[in-house]
Amino acid sequence: MTPRTPPGARDGSVKAKQSLPARIATRTGGGAMRVFLILVGLFWLMPTFGLLISSLRDPADIAASGWWKVFTEPAQLTAANYERLLENEAITDSLWSSVAITVPATVLVVVIGALAGYAFAWMDFPGRDWWFMGVVALLVVPVQVALVPVSKLFGEIGIFETTLGVILFHVAFGLPFAIFLLRNFFAEIPRELLEAARLDGAGELRLFTQVVMPLGAPAIASLGIFQFLWVWNDMLVALIFADSEGAPITVALQRQVRQFGNNIDVLASGAFLSMVIPLAVFFAFQRHFVSGVMAGAVK
Amino acid sequence: MATAAKAGGPGQPGPPTPQRKSVTGTHRLIAASFLLPALVLLGALVVYPIGYSVYRSFFDRSGEGFAGLDNYLEIFTDDTIFTAVKNNAVWVVVAPAVATVLGLIFAVLTERVRWGTAFKLIIFMPMAISMLAAGIIFRLVYEQEPDRGVANAVWVGVHDTFAESAGFPRARPLPVHPLTAGGGGSFITKEPVSAGTQALLPLVGVAPAKMPDDARPAKPAPAASGSEIKGTAWLDFTRGGGGKPNAIDGTELGLKGIKVEAVKDGTVVASARAKADGTFSLPASADGALLRLPAENFREPYNGVNWLGPSLVTPAIIGSYVWMWAGFAMVLIAAGLASVPRELLEAARMDGANEWQVFRRVTVPLLAPVLAVVLVTLMINVLKIFDLVYIIAPGSSQDDANVLALQLYRSSFGTDSHLGLGSAIAVLLLLLVLPVMFVNIRRMRRESRR
Repeated sequence: MTPRTPPGARDGSVKAKQSLPARIATRTGGGAMRVFLILVGLFWLMPTFGLLISSLRDPADIAASGWWKVFTEPAQLTAANYERLLENEAITDSLWSSVAITVPATVLVVVIGALAGYAFAWMDFPGRDWWFMGVVALLVVPVQVALVPVSKLFGEIGIFETTLGVILFHVAFGLPFAIFLLRNFFAEIPRELLEAARLDGAGELRLFTQVVMPLGAPAIASLGIFQFLWVWNDMLVALIFADSEGAPITVALQRQVRQFGNNIDVLASGAFLSMVIPLAVFFAFQRHFVSGVMAGAVK
Repeated sequence: MATAAKAGGPGQPGPPTPQRKSVTGTHRLIAASFLLPALVLLGALVVYPIGYSVYRSFFDRSGEGFAGLDNYLEIFTDDTIFTAVKNNAVWVVVAPAVATVLGLIFAVLTERVRWGTAFKLIIFMPMAISMLAAGIIFRLVYEQEPDRGVANAVWVGVHDTFAESAGFPRARPLPVHPLTAGGGGSFITKEPVSAGTQALLPLVGVAPAKMPDDARPAKPAPAASGSEIKGTAWLDFTRGGGGKPNAIDGTELGLKGIKVEAVKDGTVVASARAKADGTFSLPASADGALLRLPAENFREPYNGVNWLGPSLVTPAIIGSYVWMWAGFAMVLIAAGLASVPRELLEAARMDGANEWQVFRRVTVPLLAPVLAVVLVTLMINVLKIFDLVYIIAPGSSQDDANVLALQLYRSSFGTDSHLGLGSAIAVLLLLLVLPVMFVNIRRMRRESRR
């Protein structure tokens, strides 16, 4: 360090841009750290990679040796498991059931959540803050609390073991987070925008559909992705509330796990197939996905 | 009615108040219609069930007799259920802590690595998939057979590097063979060997498929030179029959790597290992000794760890959870790390702190709020863990891996259902998240006051 103060201070600030790990890296040899990170990355990929390779091997090969055998015998790879899987109606039907549950459950949460979020953000009614506080309180309620009572309730109104029941349950438990997220986002909309629209003669409904919803698009995207994955990946709710014909892919595969051992070809290819959509969503909407998961992980 | 419900009424001042209020004053009816779908669903499917569960938890199995706190007591007295309580405690303490520590390490290390984003993507990816898929993935990883489960394949590989496991379990001599049981699983020759002769050590009982890949057809040992003792250990079995006992027939394989000891008066004077063709040679000191094939030749090969057995099943499943959620911790912590002011770190360095001290005394305390959020979020999440346990734990060890959410499912929807007990567990889970509920409300109120 030179004693010249002002340039020295500038020096410091330039140096300060170098982060702690960067300094560790330069001091203890970035090589070791990089090697460590690469090993960790490979380690993290290995389980999924193992599933993928297993899904591409003949059942006899799976029973005889580990998936790593393909490194020496790449000829073992075959798409036969997937061909058989796509002819397996129990599996293909369950994929459609997954779609039939997930899409409405996502759309409904977004619409109902946005309506309520808008009301909490911009409408005036008695006890508004108390109502909203009630919604916030429900954020962390575990779904387990509702399984028995709701199955009784659904039984009484005749929608137990129907797709509608599964959807409604998912919507109800998606709402607290949806309302919380959207209300906070809508509250940031500049007041002038809404007032200008109102002066142009827009009613609440037009205000909502033509001003609030378009402006809320980023939050709605995060919420939609989060809810979509939440429902798509759910097993517990569908296990209880879906009937055998309307069971989604998770439940169909769970039934296979019961006889784990001689059906790894179905399990591995089915599990990988069930992961394709979430992974596609993940890679396509990384940023929204991350913010959605981060905001909603409380659930 | 509509006029009476008019919010704000005529008293509403023209210019907007600083408080966030309705844009121009809304009909309450409109507000109600915007809220109605949400409130009906929340009321019927979330709030009412809470009340019902609390109520039901005080009644017995049939739902008719009042049971007081009996169901709650049963949680802590019934062995299977109390296992679930204990396992849940282990889960809540271990899983969030491990995931957070890993997340912190990854976040700090990747901060300025150029391909850090790619690394983060890999670690974060498991969050996108279902716990069911993760369960199947790890069911495969933890397969017992080292030939199939990668965890045991690695484990056995490491183990065998340090303690070689031999290759010939269940190999044994026939009565006509020169070998006999030598105690402790070893085999020993009936007669002592003498220098210059051919020692024959035939065995049977090894499946051809289990023979080492590089075992070669056995050969008689080359003529002994001097006082050495030479011999052959081989599998005295000809595939398809036709071989003669005690004779080395053309296709019979050598017992590659088998250990041969020369024993005099109970002490080992020399030892050797057979080559691929089964031949071995012992020094002159073995003259007059009995040849013994020690038990280590016949030990079962090391078969790895029973990951999903009673004692390891919970740690094994926690491992799969950490695999899924470390990425979540990493992403949140990385976001927190990005907002740590660099000047503070630099100031600490100016004061002579080394990198570890800077990390320990400056970075971590500054990250404390983020770490707390991550930990609490993961704890809530772990409390309700169900899918992973249900999928990964095989039926035989599901009782050992039991957790509250699994027990709740069994009690409520299993063959021998007891809704009072199931409801009590549900209420217990709810009670455990109540503190977080209050924190959320407090934070919301603080934010709305601003």
